[in-house]
Amino acid sequence: MANIMYWEAIQRAHDEEMARDPLVICLGEDIGVAGGTYKATKGLYEKYGPLRVMDTPISEGGFTGLAVGASFLGVRPIVEIMSVNFAWLAMDQMFNSAAKVRYMSGGQLTAPCVFRSAGGAAHQLGAQHSARMEKVFMGIAGLRVVTPSNPKQAYGLLKSAIRCDDPVFINEHELMYNMKGEVPDGEYFHPLEGSEVARAGTDVTLFGYNISVHWCLKAAEILDKQYGISAEVVDLYSLAPLDRAGIKASVTKTHRAVVVEEDEAPVGVGSEVIAIINEECFFELDAAPVRVHSALVPQPYNHTLEKAAIPDHEDVVKAVLKMFGRA
Amino acid sequence: MKIEDKKRVLREMVLHRRFEERCYQAYIERKIGGFLHLYPGQEACCNGVMEAARPGHDYVITGYRDHVHAIKCGADPKEVMAELYGKETGSSKGRGGSMHIFDAGKRFMGGYALVGGPFPLAAGIAKAIQLKGGDEIAICFLGDAANNQGTFHETMNMAALWKLPVLFVCENNLYGIGTSIERSTAVVHQHKRVAAYNIPADECDGQDIEVVYEHARKAVDHVRAGNGPFFLELMTYRYRGHSMSDSRGYRTREEEELWKQRDPIFILRDRLIKEGATTMAEFEALEKETDAYIENEVIKFAEASPEPSVDELEKYVLADRESQLPWLTGKAA
Ligand SMILES: Cc1ncc(C[n+]2csc(CCOP(=O)(O)OP(=O)(O)O)c2C)c(N)n1
Repeated sequence: MANIMYWEAIQRAHDEEMARDPLVICLGEDIGVAGGTYKATKGLYEKYGPLRVMDTPISEGGFTGLAVGASFLGVRPIVEIMSVNFAWLAMDQMFNSAAKVRYMSGGQLTAPCVFRSAGGAAHQLGAQHSARMEKVFMGIAGLRVVTPSNPKQAYGLLKSAIRCDDPVFINEHELMYNMKGEVPDGEYFHPLEGSEVARAGTDVTLFGYNISVHWCLKAAEILDKQYGISAEVVDLYSLAPLDRAGIKASVTKTHRAVVVEEDEAPVGVGSEVIAIINEECFFELDAAPVRVHSALVPQPYNHTLEKAAIPDHEDVVKAVLKMFGRA
Repeated sequence: MKIEDKKRVLREMVLHRRFEERCYQAYIERKIGGFLHLYPGQEACCNGVMEAARPGHDYVITGYRDHVHAIKCGADPKEVMAELYGKETGSSKGRGGSMHIFDAGKRFMGGYALVGGPFPLAAGIAKAIQLKGGDEIAICFLGDAANNQGTFHETMNMAALWKLPVLFVCENNLYGIGTSIERSTAVVHQHKRVAAYNIPADECDGQDIEVVYEHARKAVDHVRAGNGPFFLELMTYRYRGHSMSDSRGYRTREEEELWKQRDPIFILRDRLIKEGATTMAEFEALEKETDAYIENEVIKFAEASPEPSVDELEKYVLADRESQLPWLTGKAA
């Protein structure tokens, strides 16, 4: 096991897959000569050259569509969209071309594209550089959405996404690129579907994904040590499809659920997970499931307001205590 | 063009015209649903370009006015009609419809309903060709109004920058639905717009197939020789409304009549008669024969074909599960 950073894990997945298959290419703004805003493609340009590591113009709709078109012929493009906020400009091609082409061609064409993008609120970047947009992607038929919460997932999910014949959106997080973690030394493919129990518990399930898994883990520790509440943390690394069986299994065990998302609440991961709980295991519940989420505001610049807009582990603790009637 | 090619293309263009007119009728009979965009008047464009290219070998992509382009690439007219009928035997298994005809085996990469959407896809196909090292080219047919989308400019920039083997064919029929080009576009002559991207371009009459062919040959040769993209503008006209719901109130009957004087099929027919290669009687017989083929084979096939099964509503959303299991479960082979 190597202890490496999230960005290094992503870089390693790129490198291994590009070395294996000459049709794996990557493209995006600043990813080549400059090595990538978050270093996720560092060194690849020198190794694989400009035909396979393409510095694109600032033209999100254009280069995303180009990647989709190339994938029709069996090329495996990995598109980096520098910040998820810019993905709005690329969504027409992601949704109307990549996600639908298999269906509307009756199975003749597929778009085995990978779209990677950095989301989340970082440090005072303001409204147009702090979006969380997973909820926009996870409702699109024909698109898979995964979101790594640690380097091992970042490495293994990208490896699997590149090999998968479906278009996959990988939602990374701006604050996690320098996070360290264990990654297997040998080749490792993380499943694109499912969820993981990140911490076992018996009294309540905290559902998180990406950065909110870490808030959940921290909250679980506090709940355990200070309040004697045993929280299970479930990491929903796959947002599309969501792991219905995994959600049901955990709620059936703990009988309580809190969904923690950095995104705003409306039509989000929380609403979707709670709907699944209602459909799958309503009568197992001992309390109404709740959501912990950000405020419905364009992300403020001011540091105090910024912090107030985004949830953290303390909000998770509060929500659980309230659920247990102890707040 | 050689005389036998001209005779063959005349047959094909008659098929294309009669196919589209039969679609019109089937739509009135409510056999065809959705939007229906017909091609009569523009036949010399697709035919002229594809005669200069290699149908079934070069990759073609286009917008929603796509039936004729598909057939010219080699798609079976029966399957195209079955698609319009929404049948399981259709070229997209009834999941696509008029605006989404596909025949990947014939390298017809599809019709797309979002105006401007195919531009970057075409560049991507060209990128794949470049990477794989084949001698194919990508050909993108779109209308003039599509050029006002951002995708047009983004794609021209990338195609020129990376010298992609892609031919853009602008079928300038002077209208985007009911808005004339003078009212939507600052520069009427579309081939001038790509000069800013250092893309060589050409313009010609889109009604005379031999003229189109001569210009297309140079364009295709330029791209196939590895010189990067080319932009070809063909001046043409569609006889019918934009779609079936369009009553053409935005243009005059005089203008329409003027263009019908320069009908692409009649231009070729009259030339062949003059050259002694065919006669009016032969042409009329060809029309009858074509109609009989469409009625007895194409329509019959579409009518008799089964509907897709509702049990398969969710087929084709994602890749076949079995083949993807290693990546879905993480257990690589
Ligand atoms: C993105 C988008 N905007 C608007 C439309 C509606 N629409 C369909 S066809 C059309 C006109 C396009 O004209 P042109 O590109 O010249 O092609 P033509 O129909 O003349 O062949 C419009 C506005 C659409 N399909 N997609």
